[in-house]
This record gives sequence, C-alpha cells and structure tokens, in this order.
Amino acid sequence: MSSFGEPIGSSVTAAEPPAQAESTLEPAPSEAKVIRRERLALLLRSKTFIAGAVILAFWIVCAIFGYLIAPDDPLLTNPVKALQAPSSSHLFGTDTLGRDVLSRVIVGARDILIVAPLATLLATAMGTLLGLVTGYYRGFVDDTLGRIIDAILAVPVVIVGLLSLVALGPSTVTVIFVIAVVFTPVIARTVRAAVLTERQYEYVAAARLRNERTPYILFGEILPNVMGPVLVEFTVRLGYAIFTIATLSFLGFGIQPPAPDWGLQIFQHYGLISGGYWWPVLFPALAIASLVIGVNLLADGISQVFER
Amino acid sequence: MSATAPEPTVVQTTPALELRDLEVSYRVRGIWRTVLRGVTLSIARNEAYGLVGESGCGKSTAAFAALRYLPRNGRVMNGSIHVDGEDLLSMSEDEVRQLRMSKVSMVYQNPTAALNPSIRIGDQVAEVYALAGDSDDRAHERAQEMLSKVQISDPVSVMRRYPHQLSGGMNQRVVIAMALATNPSLLILDEPTTGLDATVEGEVLDLIKTLRGEFETSLLFITHNLGVISKMCERMGVLYAGRLVEEGPVAEVFDRPSHPYTIGLVRCIPRGGVRKDKETLDTIPGFLPQLGAELPACVFTDRCGLAEEICRQQEPPFHRVTDGHCSRCHFYERAHTLPRATGAPPVPRESPREAPVLEAHGVRKTFHQEGHAIQALADVEFALKEGETLGLVGESGSGKTTLARLLIGLSAPDEGSIVELDGAQLAGSVNKRKRDQVRALQIVFQNPDSALNRRFSIHRILGRALTMLTGEHGEKREERLRQLAHSVRFDVRLIGARPAQLSGGLKQRVAIARAFAGEPRIVVCDEPTSALDVSVQAAILNLLVELQAQKKVAYLFISHDLGVVRYLSDRIAVLYLGRLMELGAAESVFDPPQHPYTEALGSAVPTAEGTERTRIRLVGEIPSAASPPSGCVFHTRCPRYIGDICKTEEPELREVEPGHFWRCHYSAEQLRELQKTPPPGRGV
Repeated sequence: MSSFGEPIGSSVTAAEPPAQAESTLEPAPSEAKVIRRERLALLLRSKTFIAGAVILAFWIVCAIFGYLIAPDDPLLTNPVKALQAPSSSHLFGTDTLGRDVLSRVIVGARDILIVAPLATLLATAMGTLLGLVTGYYRGFVDDTLGRIIDAILAVPVVIVGLLSLVALGPSTVTVIFVIAVVFTPVIARTVRAAVLTERQYEYVAAARLRNERTPYILFGEILPNVMGPVLVEFTVRLGYAIFTIATLSFLGFGIQPPAPDWGLQIFQHYGLISGGYWWPVLFPALAIASLVIGVNLLADGISQVFER
Repeated sequence: MSATAPEPTVVQTTPALELRDLEVSYRVRGIWRTVLRGVTLSIARNEAYGLVGESGCGKSTAAFAALRYLPRNGRVMNGSIHVDGEDLLSMSEDEVRQLRMSKVSMVYQNPTAALNPSIRIGDQVAEVYALAGDSDDRAHERAQEMLSKVQISDPVSVMRRYPHQLSGGMNQRVVIAMALATNPSLLILDEPTTGLDATVEGEVLDLIKTLRGEFETSLLFITHNLGVISKMCERMGVLYAGRLVEEGPVAEVFDRPSHPYTIGLVRCIPRGGVRKDKETLDTIPGFLPQLGAELPACVFTDRCGLAEEICRQQEPPFHRVTDGHCSRCHFYERAHTLPRATGAPPVPRESPREAPVLEAHGVRKTFHQEGHAIQALADVEFALKEGETLGLVGESGSGKTTLARLLIGLSAPDEGSIVELDGAQLAGSVNKRKRDQVRALQIVFQNPDSALNRRFSIHRILGRALTMLTGEHGEKREERLRQLAHSVRFDVRLIGARPAQLSGGLKQRVAIARAFAGEPRIVVCDEPTSALDVSVQAAILNLLVELQAQKKVAYLFISHDLGVVRYLSDRIAVLYLGRLMELGAAESVFDPPQHPYTEALGSAVPTAEGTERTRIRLVGEIPSAASPPSGCVFHTRCPRYIGDICKTEEPELREVEPGHFWRCHYSAEQLRELQKTPPPGRGV
C-alpha cells in the first residue's frame, strides 16, 4: 500500500560529504537478526502458537520422562486388576490386562513423537528435493514427475499405507517410510509453487551468468528463499502424520504391541465400549486429539508469521 | 442522484480539496512515526494540482488521507481535511463511503491490479452506476457511454472482455472511466502513467486533459515525473520528508525554483540533449531520512548545499517568492546558487577502437505458443564497438528484453542467427559458452530487489561472482572485492549487509559491481534506473559513465526514457515489433530526418521544460507479434504513411546517410522536407 509499509528502518540513513552522492556511513545492525527477533516476538505474541507450544511441550516431556512420571509400570500386566474403573489408585482405570491406563497414555507419547516427526522430516526432505527439481526444470521433467505426483495424490493415504504395510510387513520403520512416501507429493507441490516464483527472479539468471552449476543454483540460491514455506509445510504435515499413524495403529498396521501406543490402545479396547468400559478408549483418544490440535495450533501460528 | 453542475455560489468559495496542517503518522513496530508534517494545501475547483517528490516523501499518504483511506496503522494526528467544504474527519464511516461514491475518485498506478481480473469490464464499470441506484440495464448503458468518452473505440466488445485481455493503456482508460463515472468534484491520480509506454502515456495524459475540461473536475496529480506535471497541472507542490517545501504555479516553479530540493530534482534529469561527455548529471547527496527520524528544523538541512546553522535551529517560514509562489527555505532568494554535487565528466581513456567487440547478424527469435509462432526478433543487425554505448529504445513488446536475454545467453536465438564476440561465434546458451565469453558479457537488471538474492550478504553476492568469474580465492579475492566495491562507490563497511537493508540506489550499485566482477567487455543494461528515483538515477548514470571511461566497457543500454538514452548513448537503435527501424548516431536519431516511428516516440515524451511540441498520435496499440502487419510492420500506425507500397512491401534496412540506417520507403531528403511540419492526423 504505502511505500512506507515495509522498508522502515531497513534503508540505511547517512549524512555524507556532498561530493559523493550515496555512499554510506554507519553499518546497520544485522537486519537478518532483527527480522528473526521480530518473528520470534510475533510468535510469542500469538495466542495460537503459545497454546500449541504448551500442549506439544507437555507431550514432549511425557515422551522423554514418561517412565519417571508414570505412576505405574505401563507394561506390567496384572489380570486380577483387569478393567477397573477410574479410581484414586488408578486415575484413568486399568485395561483388559490390568495395566494402568494413565501410565500407558503418558508413556504412549514416546512412540508417536518419534515416528511422526521422523516420517515428516523424511517426507519434507524428499518433497523439497522433488519440488526444487520439478519447479526449476519444468518441461519434460516437471510433466513426468508431476503426473507421478498426481497419481500418488489421487489414491487415499490410508489405502496406500495399508497396502504397502501388508506387502512389507508392519514395523515402525515401514510406518516411517510409508508415511514419508505418501506425504512427499503434497510437500513437493507446495515447494514447487514457491520455486516457480523464485526461478523467475533475476538472481537465478545472474547465477547462470557466472556459470554456476544447477545443484548450486537449486540448493545454494533458491532453497534458502523457500525455507519459509518448507517450515510451514513441515508443521502442518506433522499434525497429519500423527493422525495417520494413529489411524494405522488403530487398524493394526502401525506401531506393534506391546508398545503403549495410543492408536493401538484404542484398537485393543474399542469393542468393550458397548460393555461400559469406556476408559481404556477415551483417554488415549483424548491424547491423540490433544496432540493433533496442539501441533495444528503451532502450525497455524507459524504460518501466520511466515506468510505475512 | 444529481449529476448536474453544483450551484455557482459554491464554485467560487469552496475549494475541492483543502488540507490544513495535516499530520499523519504510521505506527510501525509499536512507535508512531510521522509521515506528513503539517501539510497545508488547497485545490480550487477545476484546478489541476501536481504533487511531486521522491518515493517515501509522503505523496501517496497525502492522497490516501484525502480519501480517508489510510492503512490500518495510519492515523491523522492533527489538522483537517475538507473535501468540497465537508469536513472528512468528523464524518461517520457511512458518510465517508457516500462521499467516495459521489465526490472523490482515485486512479492508481497499476491499472491491471486496480481491476478485478474475474469480472468483465462492462460489469465492473456498470457496478459504479448500479451502486448509485441505476437499474442494471441503465447502468450498462451508461457504462458504455462512459467507455466511449474515454476514447475506447469499440466499447461494446471491450465491455465483454476481461482485464487481462486488454493492454495496460486500455485498462488505465477503463479505470479512469470508472473514476469519472460518478462525476466527482475531485479526482486523485497516483502515478497514473508510470507503468505505461511513452506513446501510451502521452495518449492517457491527453485523455485526462480532455476529460478534465468536459467533467470540470479538480485534479490532484501525484507523480515523480516533472515533465508530466508541467504538461498537466496549473499549480504544483513539492513534498520532501512529509513537508511541503515549495508551492506555486507550475511555470513559475520550473522557471525559478526557489527551494534547494526542487532545484536538485530539476537538475537531476537529463534534459535538452545534454550528453555524457559534456556534463555530469547533478545529484542530491545523501538519503531521504528514515521514517520517524529526528529531523533538524528545516527537514532538508542534511542534504542541502546551502545549509547553515540557522537551518538546524529555526524552521524556515513559507517565504513568498512571488504571488502564490512560496518556498520554505531561509535562503530562497539565493537558492539558485546551490552548488553542484558532482564534478566534471570523466575523460574516456582513449577513443573507441574501430573493430567491433560484438556483432549481431540476422538475429531472429521465434517463440512457440500453443501452435502459434511468434516472431519476437526479425533480422536484427548491429555492431558494438569498444567503449561505446548503444541505446535501445522501443515500446514494450518491441523485443528489447528478448534481445538482451539472447545476447547474454539466457535464451537461444533461432538457427542461423549470428552473434559474434571478437569475431568468434557465441553459443546460444550461457551454459555452453566459455568462461571468458561469459565474463565478457554481463547484464545489469532492471530491478535490483529481485536481481540480488535476498538471503545473502553483499559480501557473499560479490565474492561468489568474483570466485566464479575470475577464479580467485582467499585474500586475493578479498582485495579484489574491496576494489570492486570502491569502484562502484559502495561503502565497504556495508559489505556484511543484506540487500533489504540497503536503499534502491545502493542495491543497484551492488548489481553493477557484480556485472563488473569479471572485467566485462560488454554490459547489457536493461532499464537499470527505471525503478529508481530521479536523484538516485542521476547518481547511477554518472557511475555508469565513469566506469565506462575507466574500463572501456561497451554498453547496450535499454530504456524507455528517451532523455536518459540520449544522455548516455553514442548510437541509438530503435526497435518496433522485433525489427530494427532505425540505427544511427544519437545526435542524428532524435532530429529530422528521422524514421516516422522515432519521430512519434520522441514527440510523446512530456518535457520538464514545458515547451509544447506537437504530439504525433500513434493510432491504436502495438500490433501482436503473432500476426505482424504485412509490408512495413509500422504501416498500421505510421503518421507518414505513403500508400499501398507500405502495405505490400517491407522496406529494407538501408543506409540513408553515412552511419545512419533505417527501414522506411522514404529517403532522407523526403523525410527531412516532410518533418518540417507535423503530420496530418491520421484516423484519429
């Protein structure tokens, strides 16, 4: 809108000898730092971000110190105490094998908080690479890879996941890879769009005009400029990854027993709800919901700041 | 809804716009920063008032304030705004909306962005009438009338089209039509022709002038272009750092500028055929103060060659120079003695060698789009000598940038085109050129913001260029880097900064330094100053001249600003629809005999001197390169059209005088005779 909108404080002021127009004095404090500090300040002022961060921090603490915090051993079976309702000795009750649900919910954060970020990180790395290449080359490369991406996107995530897990056999590593592969095209699309904008800026042409090789142009010149969207995409996908992993676990193809995974707990107990045993299902479900909401709030906060 | 003239009594007394002691601040990072410092001005009915100043001086803020349309972080801190006698600041939101609907309108710089891309032109224009209470049919009818008033020749078909199907000039006419639809008493134009070609600019300005008479509208004309002001306005104000520093009748102010800032602005512009070897351009030293900075009593003190102690202590009153001409300078009487900020022009090391560095023969470029072949360049021929500047002019769409990209190897020409560097054929793509060839041919882009990677420090940007182009490393490279920064007058202490921290002029210096990193033989300059303010432009042009004198580099200088091209160029090439229409020494191209197209281009430029030239109107738009006209491609718009021969036979590019080539059926003698009088209006 007005020309004052942005560059305030960014243009360097100087009084100078009249003989030479426009050479400058005082070096300004590094603007990059200022921008970073400002973004942080904006993040900390965003209620969405804070709420998300608090929820996520809570679960991270549970994931790291779970065994110390948990009142009981989450793996200790005790058939005598099976399916006890919440009480003062077991706040969240016990499950079919008499394990403490509260302890299992606390410790259950660990698996998902390892698997989901790893899968998302892998997907982000592959998606960014693919996005850079398709966005930069366009033409044949873009058309070919683009169609493949479209094909993957056209198939429902859970179906692809299930089929590959059936074929490969369920294990934590497979889950990571499957989710990474399924999420890669989505991230690639976002990055590609950002690269399409960047590649028409003349700094890319300038790089070609000093004989830079293509990998340098992609990773040295363009990548730093698309890190904003990449970061936003990572946090958004993280929320989806958590959700997808929980879904796969619920279907029995995700994290395997006896791990106290939340999705798995729901899978093992949902048949009992009709019998009035709601606690072994409700608490893990709330845990999943809160983590997904937390990550999504975080993602919202970040994207508001980065996509201003 | 009354579209009738206001009562005569009101005409005499109330100004269309009155700003009194207007103070506007923007809240940035939690601090209120003053943008307008007590601006007082008034625009009488039927008056055209021009507001000039460099970007960041507060021109647009004044315009937005007059509509009470400040950005959310902006606030009027003090003063009053009256439109047509009504106090804008005490109105409710609803009343302001009513006022915008009936009394004030605004035309923005970028017409394509001002129109909704997904609504047909007709519906957009009709909406204005529908809002005012007309029935749908009636609204469309009136929209059509309005479009013919802005001289759109085929309003019926234009109404069915979308904005992207029209040219920039056409879109600006539509925007003007919408602005005038409500018959406003005040029309605010914010750089309305800045993005347009000279020929189109001329037409749009003519149109505004005509309509003004017809609608009896007052104008607030905001521009950085002094030529436009002198053509369009009766009175003008000069804004610096949010303060009105000079005001008066346009002729008066140009004749006897009485504030150092105005004088600086006028001296910055290459005018009256001044050339680089005769005179350097004057500049205004220093920078516009940052928003919210502490300023001395006279805001211009820090950049003023006349400043004395009193300027810091005491704010100068608005001195009366003559009737209605005021200057806010303690020394307004001797302001014209302002010392020049620049010295004598540099002397070139030696005269240019005769053998050309770069030669182009039969250069063609065809783009293929959805099965259509679009010929962007056809048989372009030229040679560039060492240390010479070849200016390249033409409207947008004439192929200037295509030629530039092709020479530096960003896109390959068609088979059979010959581009030779020192007699050796150059590969089409930069990737296939030898390192020496790559470093010999560099470019300075138009927009330094996108030409410099915003994530890197200046040190990294220049250092990488040096490493890649010269192969130097370590301490040796650092030494070269310092020399390079010094040669473009870039303060080495800023070398760690990132582009966003630098002003536009400094950024362009970095871009120039990068182009010069590998000691190039030829530098293509693609509109290098068109994104810059005039005072910065002058400094950059001086730098280019100086570098050329030192390093004997040849320039291919592309610009739409004929004054700049004329100042800098030894020879000038004129492109139209990808064809070279004229090529010759700079002195001869701009004087008769000249190619009819060059003649029209030159006549379209408004000059700051205010000398009224007969403008030669080019009929219609530049034709599409996909289906260029038969025969001479210019025949559809030519003011000197001969007859059927122009339609059927394409003239050769031939030497009409020694070193002067053109593509026209007329001979030099014939045109010399013809151009003593302006051409008959053709089809207008």
